[in-house]
Amino acid sequence: MEFLRFATAGSVDDGKSTLIGRLLYDTKSIFQDQLESVEAASKQMGNEHTNLALLTDGLRAEREQGITIDVAYRYFATPKRKFIIADTPGHIQYTRNMVTGASTADLVLVLVDARHGVVEQSRRHAFLASLLRIPHLVVCVNKMDLIDYDEKAFNSVKEEFRNFAMKLDIPDLSFIPISALHGDNVVERSAKMPWYEGSSLLHHLEEVYIASDRNHIDARFPVQYVIRPQNEEHHDYRGYAGMITGGVFKPGDEVVVLPSGFTSTVASIDSYDGPISEAFGPMSVTMRLTSEIDISRGDMICRPNNQPTVSQDLQAMVCWMSESTELTPRMKLALKHTTRSSRVMVSEIQYRIDVNTLHRDEKPESLKLNEIGRVSLRSTQPLFFDDYRRNRNTGSFILMDEVTNATVAAGIIVGSG
Amino acid sequence: MSITTYELNHLDQLESEAIHIFREVASEFERPCLMFSGGKDSILMLHLATKAFWPARLPFPVLHIDTGHNFPEVIEYRDQRIKELEARLVVASVQKSIDDGRVSEEKGPRASRNRLQTTTLLDSIEENKFDALFGGARRDEEKARAKERFYSFRDEFGQWDPKNQRPELWNLYNGRIRQGEHIRVFPISNWTELDVWQYIEREAIEIPSVYFAHEREVFRRDGMLLADSDFVTRSDDEELMTRKIRYRTVGDMSCTGAVESEAENLKQIIEEISSTRITERGATRADDRVSEAAMEDRKKEGYF
Repeated sequence: MEFLRFATAGSVDDGKSTLIGRLLYDTKSIFQDQLESVEAASKQMGNEHTNLALLTDGLRAEREQGITIDVAYRYFATPKRKFIIADTPGHIQYTRNMVTGASTADLVLVLVDARHGVVEQSRRHAFLASLLRIPHLVVCVNKMDLIDYDEKAFNSVKEEFRNFAMKLDIPDLSFIPISALHGDNVVERSAKMPWYEGSSLLHHLEEVYIASDRNHIDARFPVQYVIRPQNEEHHDYRGYAGMITGGVFKPGDEVVVLPSGFTSTVASIDSYDGPISEAFGPMSVTMRLTSEIDISRGDMICRPNNQPTVSQDLQAMVCWMSESTELTPRMKLALKHTTRSSRVMVSEIQYRIDVNTLHRDEKPESLKLNEIGRVSLRSTQPLFFDDYRRNRNTGSFILMDEVTNATVAAGIIVGSG
Repeated sequence: MSITTYELNHLDQLESEAIHIFREVASEFERPCLMFSGGKDSILMLHLATKAFWPARLPFPVLHIDTGHNFPEVIEYRDQRIKELEARLVVASVQKSIDDGRVSEEKGPRASRNRLQTTTLLDSIEENKFDALFGGARRDEEKARAKERFYSFRDEFGQWDPKNQRPELWNLYNGRIRQGEHIRVFPISNWTELDVWQYIEREAIEIPSVYFAHEREVFRRDGMLLADSDFVTRSDDEELMTRKIRYRTVGDMSCTGAVESEAENLKQIIEEISSTRITERGATRADDRVSEAAMEDRKKEGYF
């Protein structure tokens, strides 16, 4: 079976938790004891209906304050697909949480309240989805029951959203009118909206084509770990372990190792279950080469005629995630990119982007919590990278504070120099 | 796995993700260890770790927090596997923590050593200077666990701060810690109970016999079936009866409940899991029934 990973984003009270509860409930992914405990908790809190949001808000503080604090992961399956939901809260730390949840997603689901139309947060969600190059965006226009399932209202939300999305890069955009509370168009097509001819949300999630979203062209193998058993049976074994992050590798392929630039040939691709004839992302494998060259963690194996950019200078869009510090020019940070760790210095903040209007503030003094901007970074060591647009794995990095060790930024590479 | 279309099925993807995390931790930490309870999830973890480093041996030891209330079948299984893999086993004993006066045994018929394990675990981390501990927790198990990271940071007191977790982006994990701090690592975070069983069947992984239906002397407590053993005190109205049962989870004998079952092989277990309407922890764990946030509270203190 195939996986679909999707992130959900919504603003305050637009019914996101109810929708997720509905998806889990209607696909029979909620168990009886979970439902009973939610029913009991709802009663205790004085809710009239069973509050399906309590299924996802598990932490004590979340229940007490009636809000979602952190990204939560949920699982459900239909006979066609298995789903992982990254449920990102709209209240606190929305940008940080959504960037986190969407970083591993194939699809982003944005909720819009049909009564309020496209609000500031809807625009922000669409922008973040396009920044993170999520290939598929589904806009659920929720609470259709409260506007008498009105087609015109739905169409006007759709048009408004499209007008904004035109300025962004979203390859696949769909709209579905739903009522999460009553289940209209969530699992089954609703009889209350005969004018809507598209599929239900679940059907859409089951059918959306994601197989071509992964890069199978540019062969990239960041070396993660060197396996040297040093026992009798495997005396001279030296295997390079890691996850394929792009393209396809086969025994016999000519390869080049960065940063040394030495060339060699793939001798075999090994696994516990036996040799592999073709390795592709996201497989974790062990590669052996025909020649003995010095290779260690952080090196990159690729093809001689298709190499990533090698540079100490990079241009990136950065989302700042620290509450206690700000990103400023000349700042030094720890960086992790593929399996390579380095130190970087911020050479320049070129602009800060207003995620609501897409307006650029040139040369800001700093980037604060949840702000996004374009920066130039200088690394102590060369990095081997591709444009994020081309490869999400070799085009992304994180920045860490060297004193507190906190993860303070997510980075998306847009160029070198 | 279908080679021509370059697609991986869900079990291959989950396996690859877990192997990636095992290797990442082995690369970036000095003293990792793998926590092993003898339950199916830790057996799966041991299997995945073996695959990650093959043909080399495991580059870290296996740690068993021994409550002393074990299923004998499980200890037998543990010793056999460790021997086969030529792995190093570290046992930290709750009984020793009690003898040393670090913790005191709970009193009464419902006494359990479940909570005491936390002290034994944290002492063992300090003694062995472990800086990364692999655990078999899954996000589908429990609502507090649904918010866990793959790399879960613990301060020098072993505490988890759910409101202040490091964001985890792409598959780039932040392994930076200071001396005395450590991380808990959950490589099978994204697996569901059904995935675990399907994978055990696919890989033909051996598991202890208590997971398959068998006849056993049990009694009913709080709607759960508990096995009679030296570690539990039955009250007068808790009558013994013989039932055909199996275990969905395997932990401390004093608080792990059995389910009535006819499932004698993996195929039947998978059918049973596919149609069940009760979560595995709801059906079998007395320790989670204390309150709505029982797991969160224990995790904050440093529990698994």
